[in-house]
Amino acid sequence: MKIKQLSIFLQNKLGRFAEMASLLGEAEINMQAFTVAENAEFGIVRLIVSDVDKAAKLLIEHSFAVSVNEVFLLEMPDEPGALAVYVNKLSDAGVFIEYMYAFSGANGKAVVALKPSDAALCEKILG
Amino acid sequence: MKYWNEKMECMGAEDMRALQGERLRNIVRYTYERVEFYRRRMDEAGVSPDDIQTIDDIVKLPFMQKKDLRDYYPTGMFAAPMDEIVRFHASSGTTGKPIVAAYTASDLDDWAEGVARCLTAYGVTKDDVAQISYGYGLFTGGLGAHDGATKVGCSVLPTSSGNTAKQIMLMRDLGSTVLCCTPSYALYLAESIEQDKDTDVARDIKLRIGVFGAEPWTEGMRKALEENLHIKAYDIYGLTEVSGPGVGGECECQDGTHIWEDLFYPEIIDPVTLQPVEDGKEGELVFTTLSKEGMPVIRYRTRDLTHLTRGRCKCGRTAVRMAKILGRSDDMLIIRGVNVFPSQVESVIMQMPEFTGQYFITLDRVNNIDTFDIDVELKLEYHSDSIKNINAIKAKLNAKLVSVLGIKPDVHIVEPGSIERSMGKAKHVLDKRNFK
Ligand SMILES: [Zn+2]
Repeated sequence: MKIKQLSIFLQNKLGRFAEMASLLGEAEINMQAFTVAENAEFGIVRLIVSDVDKAAKLLIEHSFAVSVNEVFLLEMPDEPGALAVYVNKLSDAGVFIEYMYAFSGANGKAVVALKPSDAALCEKILG
Repeated sequence: MKYWNEKMECMGAEDMRALQGERLRNIVRYTYERVEFYRRRMDEAGVSPDDIQTIDDIVKLPFMQKKDLRDYYPTGMFAAPMDEIVRFHASSGTTGKPIVAAYTASDLDDWAEGVARCLTAYGVTKDDVAQISYGYGLFTGGLGAHDGATKVGCSVLPTSSGNTAKQIMLMRDLGSTVLCCTPSYALYLAESIEQDKDTDVARDIKLRIGVFGAEPWTEGMRKALEENLHIKAYDIYGLTEVSGPGVGGECECQDGTHIWEDLFYPEIIDPVTLQPVEDGKEGELVFTTLSKEGMPVIRYRTRDLTHLTRGRCKCGRTAVRMAKILGRSDDMLIIRGVNVFPSQVESVIMQMPEFTGQYFITLDRVNNIDTFDIDVELKLEYHSDSIKNINAIKAKLNAKLVSVLGIKPDVHIVEPGSIERSMGKAKHVLDKRNFK
């Protein structure tokens, strides 16, 4: 299934991250999962939250550079080899994974957020 | 009305030169008799007022510069007695004493005349609502534009600078059709209007003409302002030492700034040899005020670099045209031995829709090598989840900058809105090398 993710550009990484987290916390928006991609100069936080639209609006109002993007969410049993099945399917079809990050879901399941090189093809394979 | 003063704006070259010669003769004698500085300089140069008969004789006169005005602070350059002075202005010197300018009633009238000619050339009439968002006070921008717009008969809205939310509210509610401010503040206003949920440029803002000056600006900036504010954007030129905004302005052709040469006589010189440079060739702009009484200047070196074009413009005016000033020689940065104008950086950034147009240059010296950093803001809509995308935009900007500047800066992408906005003259450069 596809889900909306927030990407937040952070130049001053530590301080701005804390500011972002407290803004969301005060607004009672739950950060369900995040990952940080960074180079020497800036980072991009990719973030899954309980209320994307509210979070995006709030952060933009506070001058954060936010974009909303779609990622695929895969839910699987938390056991060895579970992810490999999906990854192999995608790579066999020629779909590259630009990035992914994992977190724990409900009922002891593992959840992976995944950004494929070709969203349409990915949907066909996984859907 | 097409011209404010058709006689002066469209005068034939010979008549103009005769008028300029007569006025030069008078102003040279006037200053020689009244101001010790001019008397001493002319005596040292072996020139007497009698040697000045035609406008061509101007080359016999010595030059003056900003330092001279500072040295004679506060009143040493005044040529009229204090009871005839009706106004002071002062330039914002970054170091040391300011330059104080003094105006008689006739000077204020000539100044407003110059602004009125500019406004008329842009197409402003008495039916316009003119919002003056230049700072009022010692800075010549606010009161200068105010007096000119009043002379034209506009409904003048003297908002001065700052308090942007209120500026937008009044602009919307009173239906301002003309905006006078610095181009950098206009850019900020446009950005703020875009963010204002209650205001839509097309629906609520009636602006049609922008009158922008007091800092150099590029064609890219013009394009951005015209598109964002739905206006025609025109340059107004001036400087406190000579009078204020309205020494010249563009016409509807947007092909050079007409200088009101019956009042302010321009020359272009080679800044090194000090010899006159022929029309069309770039050099330093020099002004002589032909009618000022309070504080005239004679052959004042502006440090602005430009060239002149003579002949009748498509608008019908014959007043000499000056090319857009891309930099003051004072603004020129020498980085690793290469000459760089901040306006060159601006022109590149303005060509790329990915950026807000705001930029900040920081220079420093590390291990005896100049560092050259430029912060630019990536617009919100160009942000994404991909570092690769941002790096690609950055690489594109870098390549363009290298080809225009000849040296490679370190570009840093920063959050939109994080570079400090200016309400008046923008500050684009921090040169830390000066503090070492
Ligand atoms: Zn013209």
